[in-house]
Amino acid sequence: MTATETVAAERASAPAPVRPRRRRKFLGAPWILLAPFLALFVLTVLAPVILAVAQSFTRINRAGMFGEKGVTSSFAGFDNFTQALTNSNFIQAIGRVLLFGVVQVPVMTVFATVLALLLESASARWPAFFRAAYFLPYGIPGVIATILWSFLYVPGLSPLVDAGKLVGLDIDFLGPNTVLWSIANIVTWTYTGYNMLIVIAQLKSIPSDIYEAARMDGASPLRIATSIQLPLIRPALVLSLVFSIIGTLQLFVEPQVLHTVSPAIVSEYTPNLSAYTNAFAYNDYGIASAEAVIIAVAAFVLSFGFLAWTNRKGRS
Amino acid sequence: MTTRSTGWTVAVTGLLTVVALYFLVPVYWVVIAATKSSGDLFTTPGFWFGRTMELWNNVVQVFTASDHIYLRWLLNSVIYAGGGALVATYLAAAGGYALAKYDFRGRNLVFGIVLGGVLVPSTATALPLFLLFSKLGLTNTYWGVLLPAMVSPFGLYLCRIYAAATVEDSLLESGRLDGAGELRIFHSLVLRGMAPALVTVFLFQLVGIWNNFLLPLIMLADDKLYPITLGLNAWRSEVDRSPEFYPLTVGGLLVSVVPLAIAMIFLQRYWRGGLTDGAVKG
Repeated sequence: MTATETVAAERASAPAPVRPRRRRKFLGAPWILLAPFLALFVLTVLAPVILAVAQSFTRINRAGMFGEKGVTSSFAGFDNFTQALTNSNFIQAIGRVLLFGVVQVPVMTVFATVLALLLESASARWPAFFRAAYFLPYGIPGVIATILWSFLYVPGLSPLVDAGKLVGLDIDFLGPNTVLWSIANIVTWTYTGYNMLIVIAQLKSIPSDIYEAARMDGASPLRIATSIQLPLIRPALVLSLVFSIIGTLQLFVEPQVLHTVSPAIVSEYTPNLSAYTNAFAYNDYGIASAEAVIIAVAAFVLSFGFLAWTNRKGRS
Repeated sequence: MTTRSTGWTVAVTGLLTVVALYFLVPVYWVVIAATKSSGDLFTTPGFWFGRTMELWNNVVQVFTASDHIYLRWLLNSVIYAGGGALVATYLAAAGGYALAKYDFRGRNLVFGIVLGGVLVPSTATALPLFLLFSKLGLTNTYWGVLLPAMVSPFGLYLCRIYAAATVEDSLLESGRLDGAGELRIFHSLVLRGMAPALVTVFLFQLVGIWNNFLLPLIMLADDKLYPITLGLNAWRSEVDRSPEFYPLTVGGLLVSVVPLAIAMIFLQRYWRGGLTDGAVKG
């Protein structure tokens, strides 16, 4: 074969010359690059997920009073799930986070959007300072934020309770009817700035000639916000709403930490707290795993349902 | 926006100032409270200094109490968050690059499974992870918290997108022509070019580990292994029995919050960068 013939032969197979050759030549390389990640992924994500699902279908039988005569496990079918879903504490916990989500998530999203629009409207002074101040709480871990706020809630220490007394108000942040909203306040305080940044990022991607055209047509700032900015930042809002929905279902840290100062927070206050209590206080891993699976599935269904709903609404 | 009146500017700025007070007051309170003795904490107005200035004493107390345990917690947090995020970023970069630039059997399957991993909430895996690790003898060790911290499915997702968009095939080809091996090409040619994405992945993972409470709570029993969050929570739960833990907890809060708050202000722009990437592509 002469040199020209080789070139011609290569040209003849031109449409897909690179792919098969690369596949042969570097067969091992991608797997070597992927291997450490995959090994840890299997150990810390995949295996636990499989284990959780397996556990949720397993019954643990302890022979003797404390299991001293041996522990066996057997297939339980959907028993753990029925037991979890008929446990009134767990159902109440789900109702509680739903109520929390229905109120807190929209309030926070509207709050974050208004702040983003005001900061980007160029009608305020020192926007960089305000943006930094609002984002700052996001850097404080949930536990630390909750401890901090718990000091602002506890009577005797709290300047807020003292201030309330001055004007004749007896504020109880930790009572059975108020503590859920005290938790909502901590979550709002922590995440509003983060959601605001998501919205600002989206606002910044709107081309400036759209604004100019609108102003040329005599649109007021309010009109620009409702007719141009809000429709265009919809994807960012949907994204932050989905994150918030998932976060709400996972609620754990705030009630777990406030639990020591508020007797109103029962041991199964949120679904995750219920799973935690069942696992570590009652040693019932089957129920705990079933609850964890239910929470994860609920998060999937809610976020995909929400995405599907907003997509359909966007098209019509 | 020259048509706006100054009255409007004053009104908006005033409103934003009130909102800023809401976000800053708790931080202001902890700064003031950390300067007080435990008596003054309860008897003097919360938003102003007490009768004596105890800030130095309190901070010294925080660092020396229980045989310098606070320092140890800080160090543990740095090990967990810094070490975990560093390894996680490197592994995500290698994996993301492999998925983006090589065509191999099983590529889509691997990516699909990892993407599923992004959606699995970490609270759902914490409990089975504990059961698994207790069989392996990894509970109540540094590895119990570190190993899960070293994996970032979201990071791999981000790195794959970034590598596919920015790493040029011609760069890889020229490396191969020079006789460099595949790993050598990744380490010396690709990794540096992926730096902007790696910073985002690192920061997300760092904050994620630093904030994670459930996993160390479940994994660790020995308070010498605690990260700072768990340690402060332990001090917080002591205050009802022994009030001398009040100034300790408040001082400990201050020492842990201030560096984070400063870091947050300076790192703001990286978040926005990362978020836009995700928002545009997702």
